[in-house]
Amino acid sequence: MTGPKSPPNADPIARLEDLTVQFTAGGPPVRAVNGVSLSLAQSEILCIIGESGSGKSVTLRALMRLLPERRTKLTGKIEIDGQNVLSLTPRALRNLRGGVVSMVFQEPMTALDPVYTVGAQIAETVRRHKGGTAQAARARALELLELVGVPSAKRRLDAYPHELSGGLRQRAMIALALSCGPRLLLADEPTTALDATVQIQVLLLLRRLRDEFGMAIIFVTHDLGVAAQIADRIAVMYAGRIVEEGPVAEVLGNPLHPYTRGLLASDVDSVPAGEPIAAIAGAPPDLRALPPGCSFAPRCHLAVDACVEAVPGIWRRDEHHMARCIRAEARAELPHEEGVYDA
Amino acid sequence: MSSILAQPPSDFEGPLLPLLLVRDLKKHFLLRGSGKLGARVHAVDGVSFSIAKGETLGIVGESGCGKSTLARLLMHLMPCDEGDFTFDGEAVNGAQGIGVASLRRQMQMVFQDSSASLNPRLPVQDSIAFGPRMQGKGRREALTVAREALRQVNLDPDLVGGRFPHELSGGQKQRVNIARALAIGPRMVILDEAVSALDKSVQAQVLNLLVRLRAELGLAFLFISHDLSVVRYISHRVLVMYLGQVVEVGPASALFAAPLHPYTRALLASRPSMDPARRIESLPVTGEPPNPVDLPPGCRFAPRCRFAEAVCTAKMPMLVTRPPDEGLRHEAACFIHDPESGHSLAGTGLSWETLT
Repeated sequence: MTGPKSPPNADPIARLEDLTVQFTAGGPPVRAVNGVSLSLAQSEILCIIGESGSGKSVTLRALMRLLPERRTKLTGKIEIDGQNVLSLTPRALRNLRGGVVSMVFQEPMTALDPVYTVGAQIAETVRRHKGGTAQAARARALELLELVGVPSAKRRLDAYPHELSGGLRQRAMIALALSCGPRLLLADEPTTALDATVQIQVLLLLRRLRDEFGMAIIFVTHDLGVAAQIADRIAVMYAGRIVEEGPVAEVLGNPLHPYTRGLLASDVDSVPAGEPIAAIAGAPPDLRALPPGCSFAPRCHLAVDACVEAVPGIWRRDEHHMARCIRAEARAELPHEEGVYDA
Repeated sequence: MSSILAQPPSDFEGPLLPLLLVRDLKKHFLLRGSGKLGARVHAVDGVSFSIAKGETLGIVGESGCGKSTLARLLMHLMPCDEGDFTFDGEAVNGAQGIGVASLRRQMQMVFQDSSASLNPRLPVQDSIAFGPRMQGKGRREALTVAREALRQVNLDPDLVGGRFPHELSGGQKQRVNIARALAIGPRMVILDEAVSALDKSVQAQVLNLLVRLRAELGLAFLFISHDLSVVRYISHRVLVMYLGQVVEVGPASALFAAPLHPYTRALLASRPSMDPARRIESLPVTGEPPNPVDLPPGCRFAPRCRFAEAVCTAKMPMLVTRPPDEGLRHEAACFIHDPESGHSLAGTGLSWETLT
């Protein structure tokens, strides 16, 4: 990539302050994100972990204002590269998208345009943001496909998305996202639809891109193993809130929140074949009728009365590692406890 | 509790004979517009295996390796081109033996997409009762069976039975699908990526359920998944497919501890570990499975294999048995394990450490 490596900079590339997202489409509003605050340093990789409906993808889309404006109520503050995203004019927003921040989606087949070749789509983006001739843009597209490791890139430039395999399509998608040298890449489950041997190829590619170009990445996934491979920091989301956040080794090795502990305990890899898995009982709450207190309390075997009365505040073990659990402090020094069997 | 569901199995062949015996199954799809002798997708290309009574066989492989086609062939959801299979000692759909209807009474299937496999306009208990009705049970009796099946999968029939699929969560829907399979009283259930679409915490609940049902009802499972961790957890034996062929089959513990085939090793090495201090730094295998239309000659994994030699592209390796340990056979289709093959590593046994 030709873009200069961003200089060492103390300012975060992205900052969220008390972000809430509500969807209104008749009936009670769906409270998808409920007060998320985050800060991402330059060239840092943050993984947002959560199950379906935890608000992780919505948070990501809110960062680029990709949510349908009419049916979405956004409050709080979103700052990317010092710009207040929520008050940008449409024109400034278009320059931000692709230029400073870009996104890789889970399903490249639906994110790429089926009627244009991969090369044409990348070249179009390049010309929109950087200008220049069609030939120069095409040369840049070729350079990008080679960068992301597409074999025989020259031939693939003229391929339509349906002519590529899943892994190649996702690489083309990443090439497209990188085309204008963004300083922040948002990745929404980019490897979930890929096979295991291809998934690790894409993860290594993203890690290399960060190391070479100093690009920051927010990577959304439900897979703790994937997060362990790529994250510097992990934020665990549950029912629209970040319930735990900290350095990857801390969160996975020394989790504070019962939900994180439950997720780790229910990982089949750590259970002998056929033995009961310590599954978290129950199901996530309905986002239209969230309980007043901790959203995880109804499934939590440590819950006490105070848990259901008010949303727990943040408890910090140290400067970097926090959890939203009133029992975190008392439990912090204990080893993993067993969850509740459900079968 | 299991009185209604667990019908006494016929089992006249005794416990030692395999429940399902598959021989040289083949399914090739003709590509549209390529003429009668045109290009073919070799979806399933000569697959043989067996499943013992009460055994769980896991099938792993990447997309396009033919694992779902295999499941559909077994259920007779599509006809096979070649090969035959025997269920509990009886040929299926041949001149003699049992017919498809009778096979499906004993073998049921659960699909990946839990919503698409339920009728959106039927309360789930009616969906479940449909099978028993087809078996000739009366309306009321079928409903009793359906509600009992719901109880089996930890769902309250009074609460859930009357609901429609869209009113249930993904995990609940998949439980309903399992209940529907059980309502027929099968002896074997094919689970095709049945837990892949579920969230991890819900997946753990459903896996616990499957293990319990297997023990209570003596069910055999054919468990198809691309998720190696889940397959290791639930399977007694594991079969690895690559481009329509079996490349390795063996006891789960042996296959995961000491995989024989380079492809199995690559698959295992691609699993992200949960330890951020031990990240994967180099690629276990490059490239992607080739197009199942233009198959490479010889071993189909050879173009991606770091151990490939001339012999690998010259002829197709057959499954060879490693010295049996603990009674269960461990086989792999790789020249490295065939002392006569002429591969330079043949017979050396190639330990797991060579790769890692």
